Amino acid sequence: MTALLEIGGLKAYYGATQALHGLAFSLDKGGITTLLGANGAGKTTTLRAICGMVRREGTIRFDGQPIDTMATEDIVRLGVAHVPEGRGTFVGLSVEENLKIASYGRRDKTHVPRDLELVFTYFPRLKERIHQQAGTLSGGEQQMLAIARALMLGPRLMLLDEPSFGLAPLIVQEIFHIMRRINEEEGVSMLLVEQNAALALDLADNAYVLETGNVVMAGPAADIRNDEGIRKSYLGY
Amino acid sequence: MTAITSAAPMTDDPRRSLGSYAMIGLLVLAAALPFLVGKSGWISNFTFLQLSLMIVYAIAVLGLNLLTGFNGQISLGHGAFFAVGAYTAAILIDQYSVNAWLTLPIAAILCFVIGYLFGLPALRLEGHYLALATFGLAIAVPQMLKYRHLEPFTNGVMGINLIKPDPPFGLPLSSDQWMYLAVLVVAVFMFWMARNLLNSRPGRAMTAIRDHTMAAGTMGIDTSRYKATVFGISALYVGVAGALHAIIFEFVSPDSFRFELSIAILVGAVVGGVASLPGAVIGGIFVQFIEKYADAMTKKISQAIHLPLELQPWTLYGLTLIVLIYVMPGGIAGGLAMLWAKIKPRQGG
Amino acid sequence: MEQLIQQIASGLASGAIYALLALALVMIFTATDHLNFAQGEMAMFSTYVCWQLIQLGVPFWPALGLTIVFSFILGLSIERIILRPLHGSPILSIVVVFIGLLAIFHSLAGSIWSHTIKTFPSPFPNVSFAGSGYIGAHQIGMIAVSLIMLFALFAFFRFTPLGLAMRAAAQNPVSARLVGVRVDWMLALGWGLAASIGAVAGAMVAPVVYLEPNMMASILLYGFAGALVGGISSPGGAVFGGFLVGVLENLVAYFGNLTEKAFGIYIVGNGEKLTVALIIVIAILTLKPAGLFGRTTVKRV
Repeated sequence: MTALLEIGGLKAYYGATQALHGLAFSLDKGGITTLLGANGAGKTTTLRAICGMVRREGTIRFDGQPIDTMATEDIVRLGVAHVPEGRGTFVGLSVEENLKIASYGRRDKTHVPRDLELVFTYFPRLKERIHQQAGTLSGGEQQMLAIARALMLGPRLMLLDEPSFGLAPLIVQEIFHIMRRINEEEGVSMLLVEQNAALALDLADNAYVLETGNVVMAGPAADIRNDEGIRKSYLGY
Repeated sequence: MTAITSAAPMTDDPRRSLGSYAMIGLLVLAAALPFLVGKSGWISNFTFLQLSLMIVYAIAVLGLNLLTGFNGQISLGHGAFFAVGAYTAAILIDQYSVNAWLTLPIAAILCFVIGYLFGLPALRLEGHYLALATFGLAIAVPQMLKYRHLEPFTNGVMGINLIKPDPPFGLPLSSDQWMYLAVLVVAVFMFWMARNLLNSRPGRAMTAIRDHTMAAGTMGIDTSRYKATVFGISALYVGVAGALHAIIFEFVSPDSFRFELSIAILVGAVVGGVASLPGAVIGGIFVQFIEKYADAMTKKISQAIHLPLELQPWTLYGLTLIVLIYVMPGGIAGGLAMLWAKIKPRQGG
Repeated sequence: MEQLIQQIASGLASGAIYALLALALVMIFTATDHLNFAQGEMAMFSTYVCWQLIQLGVPFWPALGLTIVFSFILGLSIERIILRPLHGSPILSIVVVFIGLLAIFHSLAGSIWSHTIKTFPSPFPNVSFAGSGYIGAHQIGMIAVSLIMLFALFAFFRFTPLGLAMRAAAQNPVSARLVGVRVDWMLALGWGLAASIGAVAGAMVAPVVYLEPNMMASILLYGFAGALVGGISSPGGAVFGGFLVGVLENLVAYFGNLTEKAFGIYIVGNGEKLTVALIIVIAILTLKPAGLFGRTTVKRV
């Protein structure tokens, strides 16, 4: 089985500041993998580097194809959906437009109504608000919209950046539950970045722990969850 | 100009004092020029007029540099203050028989006040918006000058004709040579003042505002008052240049102060380098040079590349602006300074 | 009274032109945060192209159609070739480039077609009709064409996937990239559209103001005023603002005329058109920078 995402020697820069120093890891098809680590460990940067949103060097292969020199929109069109930090809602567009825009880059537009229906089975709440301006949605609804929009891209890999950020625990539970369903029912692999390590380890199959731009720990999520030493020294709980 | 200092802080570098000696020598030579040439006609009166105009434009460009290069405010309408200065001088001389040189401080003060007042609302504007407000000002100025109730003073579209003052104390100079000398003295004074201003505490505050408006605010600099004041000072410089222009050119009319003038000052600033005092001199030379020779040059270029039509100077202006922004955003002075920085370590090692 | 109605009617006609230009300005502003100072001269240049085509024997409407296509390509190329490499440059650089473009188009038009004033044909038949005492056929045509343009644009942005993508790219470029929208191309398309709108505005106003390289300077200033009145970030507001300043411009002249007749004092007239526009611009910028319908932006440190 080939890896869905292979990363080697990845360096990333914000202007003159280097944020990643030769990061390497790979992701198998199918599961949910989580990237853990303290603030500034480079989790968000890793996701951004994969999508070409920051200046980067190194090798990134998606399904065997090198994407490290490709533009963001082309990477997205290959099937990598990024749910960004802060949700990236188009606040001035309606919920429906927020979803439809995601099918813009796909050649075949006939499946759009079907995709919309599919998305609404996961997020019925969005269907109720379909004509509402997206900026008026609550934080939880906007997070749902961000994931739904990513799903509309018909992705094979979803990159999720802090989907729990600023949300009430109950809503986080609901969203994480839906993410698991999407993962299993639609076969979308996921790479999840989370501040809340406990939450992420409960959901994920595998985990990587980052420290200042390097992988310091890797393994099945269950092992890391059960290793009190790792938890105490890296994850702080 | 040999010393390229740009905005760098002054140091006690011995080469630097050598540079200032060279500069003083050069200035003395420039001032002695009309006496050396005398009435031999070796350098024509017309050439002296050209030189004077270059110096006048250098003062105007310096005014815009203070605002844009050192304070970060964009103005596309400095032709307006040039016009105010020119008309102030012309009206005072023409209608009130004021001594030509006395009109300079009056034009300076008036332009400072108008600039400050224009700057007051404008200081709430940043970047593009200030550019827009001044853009509108530049376009509207000729129309304002034609305003009916101003006509008794401005003489409407006809404009005002003046006569150059004669050299005083029976100096053995032609009036163009005397003008040149006077303009040179004024320019040296204005540049010296600008340098002192930039090296002072308020000058450092000015550049701090340019670099980080908000941070400067939190450091206790009253940014709005500073910005309005700098706008006033900038207008003062351009106003003095306008007054000098009226005196040596012996004529003002509304259509001498069209949008083209504001663009010319901007082009001078960008070509010389907005954040540089010597850059203003380069800019002034460029403006006058283009005004004088661009016609002939564009004709030559059109012929050389066998264009079926005759290019106009403005095409050259536009191309110069765009190309400079790409290859030398710091202008000629900035470019030379960068070149110097590249060469210097090799010399030292 | 009759004169007042007449003034308002012709104010609406010039307002239609201002509205188109304001819309073009807003289109570029919302996508790039730039005020395009060359917009007027680009429109003027396009109008000359249209005139040239008509001189060559092309009927008015096909000539306008070809001009629109030409302008679209022109605007698109300017964004791709000249402005694209300057993304992220300081504002001064961008403003200077716009002024450079302004100078180039202005002087090129003078070089190619000379500075002599030319008449420009009106496509609308000169007929009299009920109410033609108040408003001319060409003025009605101007308003009609502008409204058709505005509705077509509205429909394009509201109902087509490309229009949606352009709106998304303007609103949130980062998110737009993340859903596969080619944001750079959307900006270029916006430029192309803006240039096309300007071309229509130029061809509609040229029969009134005559064709010459300076024809657009004051119209551009009124376009800016209109865009600012409506809120520079709101397309609908810009259109409304354009019509508003058009009417305002004529009313100022009308009441100026009235006071002169009544009291024998001249205050303001047609000669102060640009000053009036400048005052509107500065007043809006300082008193209500967001305009009547715009959003206020919060600046981050």
